[in-house]
Amino acid sequence: MDINTIWYALIAVLFIGYFFLEGFDFGVGILLPAIARNDIERRIVINTIGPFWDANEVWLITAGGAMFAAFPDWYATLFSGFYLPLFLILVALILRAVGFEFRGKLDNVGWRHAADSAIVIGSALPAFLWGVAITNLVRGVPIGPDMQFQGSLLTLLNPFSLLGGLVSIFVFSLHGALFLNLRAEEGLAERARSLALRLWWPAAIVMLGFFLASYSQTDLFSRSGLVPGTVPVLAMIMFVASFVLARLRFGGWAFATTGLTIVLATVVAFHGLYPRVMPSSLGSGYDLTVYNASSSAMTLHVMLVVAIIFVPIVLAYQGYSYWVFRRRVTRRGLGGS
Amino acid sequence: MDPLLLARWQFGVTTAFHYIFVPLTIGLGLIVAIMQSFHYRTNNPMYDRMARFWGKLFVINFALGVVTGIVQEFQFGMNWSEYSRFVGDIFGIPLAIEALMAFFLESTFLGVWLFGRDRLPRAVHLLSIWLVALGSLVSAIWILMANSWMQQPVGYTIVDGRARLSDPVAVFLNERLLVEAPHTILAALTTGGLFVLGISAWHLLRRHDRELFLRSAQIALVVVAVAGLLTATSGHAQAQHTARTQPMKLAAMEALWNSEKPASFSLWASIDQKDGRSTREIKLPYLLSVLAYNNTTSEVKGIHALQAEDVAKYGPGNYVPPVAVVYWTFRAMVGLGILFILLAITGLVLWWRGHIERRWFLRLATVFLFLPYLANFAGWITTEMGRQPWVVQGLLRTSSAVSPNVSVTEVAITFIGFTVIYGVLAAFDFFLMYRFARPVTKPGQPQQDAGLGDIFAY
Repeated sequence: MDINTIWYALIAVLFIGYFFLEGFDFGVGILLPAIARNDIERRIVINTIGPFWDANEVWLITAGGAMFAAFPDWYATLFSGFYLPLFLILVALILRAVGFEFRGKLDNVGWRHAADSAIVIGSALPAFLWGVAITNLVRGVPIGPDMQFQGSLLTLLNPFSLLGGLVSIFVFSLHGALFLNLRAEEGLAERARSLALRLWWPAAIVMLGFFLASYSQTDLFSRSGLVPGTVPVLAMIMFVASFVLARLRFGGWAFATTGLTIVLATVVAFHGLYPRVMPSSLGSGYDLTVYNASSSAMTLHVMLVVAIIFVPIVLAYQGYSYWVFRRRVTRRGLGGS
Repeated sequence: MDPLLLARWQFGVTTAFHYIFVPLTIGLGLIVAIMQSFHYRTNNPMYDRMARFWGKLFVINFALGVVTGIVQEFQFGMNWSEYSRFVGDIFGIPLAIEALMAFFLESTFLGVWLFGRDRLPRAVHLLSIWLVALGSLVSAIWILMANSWMQQPVGYTIVDGRARLSDPVAVFLNERLLVEAPHTILAALTTGGLFVLGISAWHLLRRHDRELFLRSAQIALVVVAVAGLLTATSGHAQAQHTARTQPMKLAAMEALWNSEKPASFSLWASIDQKDGRSTREIKLPYLLSVLAYNNTTSEVKGIHALQAEDVAKYGPGNYVPPVAVVYWTFRAMVGLGILFILLAITGLVLWWRGHIERRWFLRLATVFLFLPYLANFAGWITTEMGRQPWVVQGLLRTSSAVSPNVSVTEVAITFIGFTVIYGVLAAFDFFLMYRFARPVTKPGQPQQDAGLGDIFAY
């Protein structure tokens, strides 16, 4: 494997980590009004992700930084091309962060309702838009000479990518419901579990539709023939398993399988792209690849040393933080208002 | 409307807003860690209340620093794609390392600190706030390394019209970083100190929890005195460095149109950028030569001479930054910095004489709460505007850095969007800070923890 491919894989890992982790905290945010019936329950729901959501978001920041360093042209074309969707994602992330942080600071019904709306919208919008963005990435967008994006917002909002957005919002919601099933106090956990089982069906329908459409809309599967290959099939098996396991009340395993569905689906997308990082719909001559969009070999090597040292350290202490907060959040544990 | 102009305004507004929160995160984080360490050592419950009181304000501030920071990182690619392509090979490195080394550390351990109070051994809980403080410090070093490269590009070669890394060690140990990082970090500590001092003074004026706020004010005074003084000396080092490496910026900082030998320091000038001259000047002889080169004889080159040099070097063009802006923001920064030192000295003298709580001093300290923000803005504007028309000194012009495929409408949408959202946020933040800066205990009541036990959970 050459160094460009290693860096491509590392960036894939960062996005996988981001979607796995922020996936469930988006889901928890989206489901806030559906699961919690009063203020104390809403606080429990929010506190299940309280210690984590901020650090989960850092996976995105790191992915962005790593793209900038390792593949500057990918970063430049993608970010200037997906301009308005990224703007909306930024606005949404600001809204939800402020919702989380400011909500409990005032004991006022209107204030808290406003914060709840910020959390729900701020979680739902990026959960949807990340699906749209990744779908467009895989499908290909009009990139012309000099690696410049030539489309507009409407290019990005095609039916197929909107379907991709539905897939991500449903899967993240399901993932979030199963996280709540693990970390919220018993009553709420049970409510989250039954909601997960109900969410599973529409999620399955949009996923199936997306899978079939991707044969005509992308070269993800057609490149290797009709049989999609091991990883997509595994992703589907995991997704089906999540329903069965949630039914059988294997909460931990059910959460793991939706997580693996997200991981494997992201692997499919990144594997399908390779060696391109941004295929052009105007002809493969304009494709951005891991070679023509990359930094110099020296930069990639310097960064690799840093990554080898620090990624394990980061994983260790993030793991530690999840271990510290492994117990369920209960109303007794929350204390006063 | 020109997308370049809008993109620049957007960068300016979002950076200025982001920079409200960052210095306080750095300064206050360290101060809270110190306070909690006092509690760890002495077991005095007053220090526990103190760390929690200031910790609450720290947290409100931290969250906004993080989310506005994501905007900063995305903005390079969104509005400045040509810049990103040009510098990515080098500039991306510190940015990526900052996220990996510092942001994960800060945000993970902030979560541990906030939610782990009753769950962790005391030493581990103390360690977590120190790791948050360390993370914010480390993050400052990496982002300043990125900025230093824009001021003084090193360790690169130009290949196919782009900067390519040729010497990573030169980038990591950029001379410019060695003067810029201490100055900026010390200014952040000064900001944290003045923040704590100002709010403590406000409470002392109202006789809230005298023990807590008197001790807080004393800690803050020490921080301001030490950090304020070192900010000045490191700033002097940075100015001397600028004289050597960015002479045009220095000339603009002084509105020095014509070379002088020895050069005098300007106290006041009416600047006419179009005609290239100043009127109604008040000057102190020799002082600029001293500031720039530490002697009374050296020549300091003027803007006209430097413009001619740059034309010879880079071809026809206007290489003069907006002089009045650079001149006055520099004066604002330096003037405020001197005032901070004077305030700290006054406070220390009063403390030594045994009576810090003079009402005039407390009132003054309250007003000073707002001033470090102005000084921080002013300093950034000086250094960034002083570099214009370059975005990377001598290598890339700001006008060539903007995204060519992003339309005026798109930039206008995001510019207006961010400005409105940031404006609303600033109002909420200020309101919450005000609410939470209010007393822990009411005067005359026994000391209690009401409302404090739960403040950190959402």
